[in-house]
Amino acid sequence: MLTPSLLRATLAIVRKDLSAELRSRELLSAMLVFSLLVILIFNFTLDLDPVTRKDVTAGVLWSTFAFAGTLGLNRSMAVEKDRGSLDGLLLAPIDRSAIFFGKAISNLAFMLIVEAIVLPVYAVLYNENLFQPGLLLVILLGSVGYAAVGTLLASMAVHARTRDVLLPILLFPVILPVLLAAVKASNAFLADAPLAEIMPSLNILIGYDVIFIALSYMFFDEIVDE
Amino acid sequence: MSPKPTLLKILDYVSILLLAVATYLALVFAPTELIMGNAQRIFYFHIGTAWTALLGFIFAAVLGILYLVTKNIKWDILEVAAVEISVVFFLITIILGSIWARPIWNTWWTWDPRLTTAAVTELIYIAYFMLRSGIEDPERRARFGAVYTLLGGVSAPITFMSIRLFRSIHPVVIGAANANQEKMNMTPDMLTAFLFALFTFTVIFIDLFWNRYRLGQLEAKVEQLKLSNQ
Repeated sequence: MLTPSLLRATLAIVRKDLSAELRSRELLSAMLVFSLLVILIFNFTLDLDPVTRKDVTAGVLWSTFAFAGTLGLNRSMAVEKDRGSLDGLLLAPIDRSAIFFGKAISNLAFMLIVEAIVLPVYAVLYNENLFQPGLLLVILLGSVGYAAVGTLLASMAVHARTRDVLLPILLFPVILPVLLAAVKASNAFLADAPLAEIMPSLNILIGYDVIFIALSYMFFDEIVDE
Repeated sequence: MSPKPTLLKILDYVSILLLAVATYLALVFAPTELIMGNAQRIFYFHIGTAWTALLGFIFAAVLGILYLVTKNIKWDILEVAAVEISVVFFLITIILGSIWARPIWNTWWTWDPRLTTAAVTELIYIAYFMLRSGIEDPERRARFGAVYTLLGGVSAPITFMSIRLFRSIHPVVIGAANANQEKMNMTPDMLTAFLFALFTFTVIFIDLFWNRYRLGQLEAKVEQLKLSNQ
């Protein structure tokens, strides 16, 4: 039998996830409504008046993405496990890393879609210009690292008895560097800081992404091994 | 299960004895520090526990790699032993540091890079035990545990770097100090107490580690018996 190339297998899994999601819209709508609710809660708990907002916009956005992200990650692995389709994927004559990259890319896509809707909503609600290329780059870099580690840990958590509760507990301490660096870089971009001041945070984000994509890729085999 | 080896029994008593001597050296023998006063005496046990806990975490990551390579459950039992003792030692480090910080920094806690990294590291290894307790299959539990210790071990230093974008107020005792950090100079007697505390906690770690490994073997045996009875 001819085994499809890594790229084609990866894209097939991404296509499967996206088309399943486009039909049900379960995951995206849940993540989206949840994100808006988190912003609503922040609005009242932090009292987001113009003065406070200047310092906390990046923090509010990243907390929202981090919380909403765990919903998506949990769901995307739970669906595969509960309907037995994970076994099907594992039996398919494809490289295991294609499954990892496929799931990670579709998780990243869901996060980016949610972020693409939350950002303009936040911009309109608080009259703040968030469409700066630098900020968008930070959001992309942060989401890549988040999706890579998140996919790996979600495929671990899905085997545990307490899986929905477990994922954020496993994920947040490991993902903390991404959140710290992303918040710092986002704040700096929003405050129009010079690039030299932003570079250290960007370097940490890029370094984290590279290291953790490599580690997740290495370990995924160990996780799905039956 | 074989009876407790004589060497381990001796090590148990030696540990207790060493701890008593180390306590004496730290509380009585070492001179009182000029600026910080008696609060500085916490430092000897603070570093002693921190040093062994960090070594234990690194050791656990090495054992995790050994497990993933060989798939021998022995390495997993050793890994759990190392993580468990290190988590307790590190908690002691954090609490002692906090007690020291109250008179010196005038606060129990600050979000300094070292303190934050310590808290996050502690949380990672607590999550490690929550992960393990949720998985029934011993072989899968061992695999997931090994992977998670490695992920945690890599992410903790990056956390430290990302928080260090801010300035640290934690004193640097050994090695070159940053110009804007306070540096502590130790007298020879202080150095004796300090090195003795390091030695003591290393011995206590080895003793506990050995005992915990034997307990782990028993746990594995009990689990096996339970499974074979079903």
